[in-house]
Amino acid sequence: MFEFIRKNKAVAMIGSLALTAIVATPVLAQRDPAYAAARSSGVIGEKSDGYLGYVTSPSASVKAMVEDLNIKRKAAYTRKAQETNSTVEQFAFTSGCNLIMRTTPGEKYQAPDGSWQTRTSAAPIRDARCP
Amino acid sequence: MNHKTSQLTDPSGNAIRSVMKNRKATGLISGVALGLSAVLAGCVQVSAPDKPIVINLNINIKQEVVYRLDGDAKDLINSEAEIF
Repeated sequence: MFEFIRKNKAVAMIGSLALTAIVATPVLAQRDPAYAAARSSGVIGEKSDGYLGYVTSPSASVKAMVEDLNIKRKAAYTRKAQETNSTVEQFAFTSGCNLIMRTTPGEKYQAPDGSWQTRTSAAPIRDARCP
Repeated sequence: MNHKTSQLTDPSGNAIRSVMKNRKATGLISGVALGLSAVLAGCVQVSAPDKPIVINLNINIKQEVVYRLDGDAKDLINSEAEIF
């Protein structure tokens, strides 16, 4: 009987682990490969205002991609700002706090003084107003 | 008894209306004069500042607002992960 419960527990644990993996993977996989490459190579980075910025002078294709993403971001920020009775800048800034926090080691982000920093395993340098 | 026009009441104790009216008018005029002199004496000089007025727009984003929006921002980043 005990053996049966223990076995079942193990199966449930494996099951939940598998489920987590299924749920977690698509979030990373949703990024366009070219976008993911530009991020990890440090050509582009997360700015503190909630938009993407160029760390080094970008190629035409990277520029077009970043502009497209920033337009889509602005549309999303505008929609959410209306829903939350805030300004686009306020919502974008709050998102920027979170996006900088979510950068992975090697990616670039903008510090409050405007300089580009490379994310390490340590916490990023963020604006004092970030939660 | 000798009646003077400055008396406010007649012998039977009733108010003499014309005299009362005059007194009232005199009081009113002196009151207005007093008020006018006070206004003139307490004049405040206001001059425009010579430096331009600078408004820091950064104040627009307050920490309490950032804290309030944090949950919604996280939701957005998760739900539209392809643009973040």
